[in-house]
Amino acid sequence: MINNPVMDDDEGLLRELGPRVLGVLVRRGADFASAEDAVQEALIEAVRRWPAGRPDNPRGWLVTVAWRKYTDAVRADAARARREEREQAAPAPGPARQADDTLLLLFLACHPTLTPASAVALTLRAVGGLTTAQIARTYMVPEPTMAQRISRAKTTLRGKPLDAPGDLRTVLKVLYLIFNEGYTGDEDLAAEAIRLTRQAAAASAEPEAAGLLALMLLHHARRHSRLSPAGELIPLAQQDRSRWDMELIAEGVDILQHALAQDRLGEYQAQAAIAALHADAPSAEETDWPQILEWYDVLVTLTDSPVAALNRAVAVGQVDGPLAGLSVVNTVPAEVPRHAAVRAYLNEQAGNLAAARALYLEAAQAAPSVPERDHLTRQAARLQA
Amino acid sequence: MAKYLLLKHYRGGPEKMPDHEASMDQWTEQEISDHFAFMDHVAQVLTETGEFVDSQALAPSGTFVRYDAEGMPPVTEGPFAETKDLIAGWMIVDVDSEQRAHEVAAFLSSAPGRGGRPTQEWIEVRPFLTPGATVTDTLIEAGLLPA
Repeated sequence: MINNPVMDDDEGLLRELGPRVLGVLVRRGADFASAEDAVQEALIEAVRRWPAGRPDNPRGWLVTVAWRKYTDAVRADAARARREEREQAAPAPGPARQADDTLLLLFLACHPTLTPASAVALTLRAVGGLTTAQIARTYMVPEPTMAQRISRAKTTLRGKPLDAPGDLRTVLKVLYLIFNEGYTGDEDLAAEAIRLTRQAAAASAEPEAAGLLALMLLHHARRHSRLSPAGELIPLAQQDRSRWDMELIAEGVDILQHALAQDRLGEYQAQAAIAALHADAPSAEETDWPQILEWYDVLVTLTDSPVAALNRAVAVGQVDGPLAGLSVVNTVPAEVPRHAAVRAYLNEQAGNLAAARALYLEAAQAAPSVPERDHLTRQAARLQA
Repeated sequence: MAKYLLLKHYRGGPEKMPDHEASMDQWTEQEISDHFAFMDHVAQVLTETGEFVDSQALAPSGTFVRYDAEGMPPVTEGPFAETKDLIAGWMIVDVDSEQRAHEVAAFLSSAPGRGGRPTQEWIEVRPFLTPGATVTDTLIEAGLLPA
């Protein structure tokens, strides 16, 4: 079966169509959990029947079968008699509204009443089409735990009004979270996050959706130059820029420019602009730091975030010198993550090597990840000589 | 979401509470059964909340082992039962906040001990370092942090 190209082909198509069909059912008024059950049954039927001949309109076939499964289930459940009345009044299948359906699903899976972890799991399951086992492996928890996380999220959504306008900000935050958490398991979450954000950006006129997509593409473009053959992380200044994915960078810049042209700035557009300026520089020395600093000013104004303020201190250090950078760091609360790392870096630039070494060690102690800890420990060791 | 290791210590850590002073060999059979049933219950509850990762108990005594030289067998010391700090077992949870990790640790520490009273055992809570994330944090752009 694995070697049968037709089957493999069907599998990819089914994974792509499943979430769309789910979106159609939900838009017609089916509750989320029952709709998902119905879509799963329809997919199983497709796996059984398509090898004998795929229907001319696979999506239409799935919608018809899933809707029948849904109505069958509703009728079979006497306790749901009232819902049956409502669903009989549902509109007849209309023309394809694929973009709307995807967005509707994202709004549901990223409903503000869900915790971030539940929203992430449900989004990957219901919109991304990943199996529960795949999501569990990726987040390194047992499958029953992940199954419960998803099932509780669905329960939380039960009875939530489906016609309420969705919260795009929450959707974008969840997608960003998926992108950032990538690379721990079997699935390439960064690629999956980009796939989902493409759908969100295509369906939404909000320039922040495009801004987030641009940001992801610009970061993803550098994924092959981040690690040495030994698995050590390489800072941007030392990366081999010939290994950057120029196509992704061009696409990211293009999407960003269209978003910026709408003149409705947001934090993702500002972050993408900073990433684009780095990606544009032929070498680290040719980086346009004054313009990067301007974008940090925008970012700090937009977000009022101390993390952005700490980042801005680095840019100030590049533009006005490390001492100027240090005086900015001193206005940022010391509890902000990586405060010591920034002070270490600026002290090194200023020639205070002993202080820099001590601060790198302090920063390594507080590092939230293994690669970051190892990197900072190596920085301290470098200054020991 | 972040993972935390909840460590149960036989020995070590802050001063024990009165009900945890008596070691388990002085408990009745029923008290011991109730205690372990509670541990299973905690794992069950945390699976249902989507937070459980793993739980293991450890034998009380262990052996210290180290490398000696090329071609030589490992050097061992022990087994020691009487070290200053001894770990009885652990639970790993994946939770939304440190506060939630503390709640879960307190739940574990409410396990019944002698006379069915909560042991009030101290649980050490240690956050995991993440195995490596694609942080899009802009500090990376300065070459300051790994990208």
